[in-house]
Amino acid sequence: MISFIAQRIAKAIVVLLALVVMNFFLIRMAPGDPAVVMAGEAGAGDQLFIAQLREKFGLDQPLPVQLFLYVKGIVSLDLGFSFRQQMPVSKLILDRLPATLLLTGTAFAISLALGILFGALAARFAGTWADTAITVAALIFYATPLFWVALMAILLFSVTMDWLPSFGYETVGAGYTGLAHVLDVAAHLILPATTIGLFFMATYARMTRASMLEVSRLDFVKTARAKGLSDTVIQRRHVLRNALLPVVTLAGLQAGTLVGGAVLTETVFAWPGIGRLMYEALLQRDYNLLLGVFVVCSAMVLAFNLITDLVYRSVDPRIEFAA
Amino acid sequence: MSKRKILMSFAAMCMLSTAAVAEGPKAGGVVNAVIQPEPPSLMMGLVQNGPTQMVAGNIYEGLLRYSPKLDPLPGLAESWSISEDGKVYTFKLVKGVTWHDGKPFTSADVLFSIEFLKQTHARARGNLVQLEKVEAPDESTVVFTLKQPFGPFIGIFEVGSLPMIPKHIYEGTDFKTNPANNTPVGTGPFMFREWQKGSFIRLVKNPNYHVKGKPNIDEIYWHVIPDAAARSVAYETGKVDVLPGGSVENFDVPRLSKLKNTCVTGAGWEFFSPHSWLWLNNRSGPTANKKFRQALMFAIDRNMAKDVVWNGLGRIATGPSGSAIKYYTSAVPKYDYDPAKAKALLKESGYKGEKLRMLPLPYGETWQRWAEMVRQNLQDVGINVEMIATDVPGWNQKVSEWDYDIAFTYLYQYGDPALGVGRNYVSSQIAKGSPFNNVEGYSNPEIDKLFADGAVAFPDSAREEIYAKAQKILVEDVPVAWMLELQFPTITRCSVKNLITTGIGVNDGFRDAWIEK
Repeated sequence: MISFIAQRIAKAIVVLLALVVMNFFLIRMAPGDPAVVMAGEAGAGDQLFIAQLREKFGLDQPLPVQLFLYVKGIVSLDLGFSFRQQMPVSKLILDRLPATLLLTGTAFAISLALGILFGALAARFAGTWADTAITVAALIFYATPLFWVALMAILLFSVTMDWLPSFGYETVGAGYTGLAHVLDVAAHLILPATTIGLFFMATYARMTRASMLEVSRLDFVKTARAKGLSDTVIQRRHVLRNALLPVVTLAGLQAGTLVGGAVLTETVFAWPGIGRLMYEALLQRDYNLLLGVFVVCSAMVLAFNLITDLVYRSVDPRIEFAA
Repeated sequence: MSKRKILMSFAAMCMLSTAAVAEGPKAGGVVNAVIQPEPPSLMMGLVQNGPTQMVAGNIYEGLLRYSPKLDPLPGLAESWSISEDGKVYTFKLVKGVTWHDGKPFTSADVLFSIEFLKQTHARARGNLVQLEKVEAPDESTVVFTLKQPFGPFIGIFEVGSLPMIPKHIYEGTDFKTNPANNTPVGTGPFMFREWQKGSFIRLVKNPNYHVKGKPNIDEIYWHVIPDAAARSVAYETGKVDVLPGGSVENFDVPRLSKLKNTCVTGAGWEFFSPHSWLWLNNRSGPTANKKFRQALMFAIDRNMAKDVVWNGLGRIATGPSGSAIKYYTSAVPKYDYDPAKAKALLKESGYKGEKLRMLPLPYGETWQRWAEMVRQNLQDVGINVEMIATDVPGWNQKVSEWDYDIAFTYLYQYGDPALGVGRNYVSSQIAKGSPFNNVEGYSNPEIDKLFADGAVAFPDSAREEIYAKAQKILVEDVPVAWMLELQFPTITRCSVKNLITTGIGVNDGFRDAWIEK
């Protein structure tokens, strides 16, 4: 198993480097550069000003040189310097990463727990009104744009009812500590996490339902039933456990994208996470920062793929490790 | 209402207002404001973008401030005098001023700031071209000597244009990488305390501020909220008290203005006077033809744009200068909405239905809608317009490389035609690679000479004459299609008093503001 993990990590590093090179060129194909954007924000800028910025950022160098310097940095685990924020990229990302992991982690847990629960219920009561209700609700949450759900949630729970805060990570200036702080952050977390969670929940519920219905027609379920096991035990031990494999696959894929996938939600809720950082870096053509976020997100995707494979194995012991 | 009643109510109003004045400002309280986008840095000498100026205007100070009429007011200089020949400016500094770290502020800091800004501040560099030397005869006197009289010189000392930089922190260091850039130190009414990137910036009262009894407010929180709708909601739910101009989409302004305890003002933009126009490519295509450009002016219904897109805020621009800045004249040719006249001019210009590429300004919904409206106006008179979608960096690049036919923009005017107007029309400012110069490529030797003379003419009456002439010629030539003098409304709780007192509005800091309890 250890050699399996080592081999996978070695492969991941190669993939990561290839991604860095590809992203490097992709980003630079977009029109505009950070020097002009920064001059634009200043509302004035003579040629000297723009030339100074370009020189400072190394943008006056030929592209291959820029790429070489960047890759050299990456290899020594240096993500470079953000043009606009005047800070090391790694510091900017590390500052924001916990907020994103908290948000998307919570959303992930909510969506997985509720998705499997509702999916199992829908399968158990397939064809009844409960099944229809769950299926329709799942479809609605899946089809509605996230930002719209977010805005409606704000309108209902913040503006109209005044139950939950509409933006931010904590109450600024309140100076809460200990439990009060935890509760404060939790209150801010509810709306954005639920917004993302509902979207993913829908896919898990659909997947669980379909998969369970399929498994429940298999022979070993019939055998279990013939043995006289109770229906609940059959559903939980025989059907659900086997039906979860495709859900784990899907969850593994989505867990990777959750890191960078919260751009809209983080923007609407002013959540100080990495998704927003990436979006702003894009708008400002802050190449190093944008690449840095991509690298971190890619690394996360690769890591989650590895974790998924390990989870597979514990869910279904028949699967063996092979790199 | 009878005459007497009117008189009485007027008297009552006067009494009420004196009563309010007598109450006076109260000390204490916290203000929550919105900042958008998040500033890259608060070191005002290095970074001059809008959000930086808005927050750091509380931390740093300039030698002067400016009234809404753009008359100079004391800032770090308590008095000043200009020599008879208009070449020597002598400033007396306020005594006993200290930096936030306790070190005294002296004339040496002023000399250092000038050198610092010449290296780092594009606009200051331009403003200081006429400067021959600057000297400090003693600790609290600074003397600027110019090569020749330069009328706008008295207007360049505002905090965003010439902020004072602490010599003891920056001398002998690499300015751009000095770690102190992350903890800005100024002389202003508020001190930097905390910055949670992506969330908020916190400033606290400077207890040793040099104006006695000020500031009144204890703390300011600037909240970073990236989504415009979320910013409206933050105000509606009472989480923030101040939405500086441009914080929310314009179509949200009427709704927010109707909320209880809400005050809206368009004041505080006099110094910047954001002036919007369409950059017309004067080099090639139909827009190279003067008759075609005049036709555009007649074809666009600017009144409707003002009423519908901008909710009635702002003024129709009559020419290159805004009405709030010096030497403005309204005695210029008029272009009222007249589609028939536009069609006639189009015919005369020989326009044959060529397709024109129009670039909206990618600054949000308001600008998008405005562009759609103008496209409709142009299509109505038979002009074939294609809208090009870009993001901000893409827009910057297309405009800087003259890759467009019609492009929306707006520029600040900085109170004087020599500072913020001329740059868009003189030939020496035609240079690829920057979106803040003569992008349209208009070139007229007569205009070049008028702007060159206007900057250094002496006394002011001579300048007035020159600029009146320049405005007349430009409006006749229509190098760009002037649209509106923009006004970005500042929305506040009415309990926040005295927030905007000068011509640079919120950017001048919260030094005079106070909260009614």
